[in-house]
Amino acid sequence: MGRIVFFIQEAFRALRRNGAPSLAAIVTTVVTVILLGVLIPVFQTAQGKSEQIDSSLEVRVPVYDDATGPEIAALHKELEAVPNVSSVRFINKAEALAELEKSLGKEKSEELLVQVNSNPLPRNFALKADEASELEGIKEAIAPVGANGKPQPISPIIQRDKPFFEPQAGAKKIAEVTSALKIVLTVITVLLVIASLMLVGNTIRLSIYTRRREVEVMRLVGATRWFIRWPFMIEGVVVGFVGGVLAILILWIGKITIVDPLDDTFSFLAAQSNTTLSFPALIAILFSAAVLVSAIGSGVTLRRFLKV
Amino acid sequence: MARSRKRKQAEEQPPSRRKGGAPIIELRDVTKVYPGGHMALDRVSLAIGRGEFVFLVGPTGCGKSTLIKMLIRELSATEGSVKIAGRDIGALSEKKIPQLRRNIGTVFQDFKLLPDRTVYDNVAYALQVIGASRAEIREQVPQTLRLVGLSTKLNSYPDQLSGGEQQRVSVARAFVNHPPLLLADEPSGNLDPVTSIGVMQLLYRINKTGTTVVVVTHDREMVDSMQRRVVELYEGRVVRDEVSGGYTEESTTEFGLRMQAEMGVGPEGQTHTNGHGHEGLV
Repeated sequence: MGRIVFFIQEAFRALRRNGAPSLAAIVTTVVTVILLGVLIPVFQTAQGKSEQIDSSLEVRVPVYDDATGPEIAALHKELEAVPNVSSVRFINKAEALAELEKSLGKEKSEELLVQVNSNPLPRNFALKADEASELEGIKEAIAPVGANGKPQPISPIIQRDKPFFEPQAGAKKIAEVTSALKIVLTVITVLLVIASLMLVGNTIRLSIYTRRREVEVMRLVGATRWFIRWPFMIEGVVVGFVGGVLAILILWIGKITIVDPLDDTFSFLAAQSNTTLSFPALIAILFSAAVLVSAIGSGVTLRRFLKV
Repeated sequence: MARSRKRKQAEEQPPSRRKGGAPIIELRDVTKVYPGGHMALDRVSLAIGRGEFVFLVGPTGCGKSTLIKMLIRELSATEGSVKIAGRDIGALSEKKIPQLRRNIGTVFQDFKLLPDRTVYDNVAYALQVIGASRAEIREQVPQTLRLVGLSTKLNSYPDQLSGGEQQRVSVARAFVNHPPLLLADEPSGNLDPVTSIGVMQLLYRINKTGTTVVVVTHDREMVDSMQRRVVELYEGRVVRDEVSGGYTEESTTEFGLRMQAEMGVGPEGQTHTNGHGHEGLV
């Protein structure tokens, strides 16, 4: 008990004496944690959004190969009449092939087609909705699920076993953009974590330097290795702790003053709260990350620079 | 600690390396070669009995400090064995080193006091870091400060003290847990002659409690006047080891003794310069 008090006293004594570098480490930790606190939800929202977009940009309705021209024309009209459909475009076999070539690359698609000897791609209708979220409703209108649990298309020429498919081209691009964004955000986050790690390490290193005399005396009178290390360790963790608490306070203030009022106006943000972590969970993660990072920072520094 | 000290006092008094029992320090053919090839110690063999008071003298660079560092396992011998109280400390694991150091008090030329702590806290620090209880600290610290004559300066900071007082604090810190062995590396190196005598008297008084004291020094007058055992190192070798000697061979050879006698100074403590110091000690 007395020891713990001693360690904590020593740690705070060192923090006071090392004011400027300690403050720098705390500020960096605050910035890192705030950015993490903003990035994690943004990250998750982006992910959720891109998944949504993936499935809802456009829907394709394939028709059987034996469908005749008039049947197709009739279906075209029928599809245009479905509520919320903004455009209907007919894609013949050649166009479907061109599309495949575009998404897979010419060589690969030829290789694929050589094996089947003819063009197996179905003619289809490409449907766009007024709003992406309405696509599900449109699908329901074109092929309502029947009593047997299978879709019942409104026209016999629509392929019954698989009345819809979704082309990947558009979604792919979005996925690419999102993954690029993810990489950038991850890199930024990693860099920030490294920065705070190094700054905590630097604070401890300076502390080791300013307290080299204490360390020397401790060694001389026979203090054990961990007895010498604990105050430094605590000092680093206090930096992480204070930084984490400050950052979470700032995040919390930001949440109630900026994000929560917007929540009501923008469905975008409202949707986020379902897919992302709850605020308490986020806080817990951020806080433990701050403390962990500072502990690692001081631990590594002690290992390297405190020769006892 | 206290127990071992009592036992030692009971068994080993009066202190002399000739009185049998395991020597507290025993070096056998100790060689220390620094990285780069400089040989600091060259097959040094030396035994110091419990309760002895030994001066370690020799010119700068002769290996005195290396020897001291080796005794607290700050350095390891390249060859040979260093035994403290019968245990080969070269074989000690890293974990056991703190235990070794708790049994050896150390005093240095530069005091090594913590400037932002009071006299009391500086001494208490030595007990705190080895995990002593608060009760122990409250008992031992004032007692030790009384021993070194600083009971009135408990709340002073090191920079408010004179050099001699600072060195006394440092001695108090080294002695506060009553180690059986106290090493002083030029304790009076930064002090004027009069203050040096005070510090040396203090070390002597500590020696009288049964603690073995090894003093590295350049203080010729001090060594000459105290006439204790002198070990002289030169270029890493023990070149002289006298039971009761002076700083140099001349001061104790027949010629030296005669010279001293003629001049009215001598080993018996009637020196005009140090007489009062010596008298005080004995």
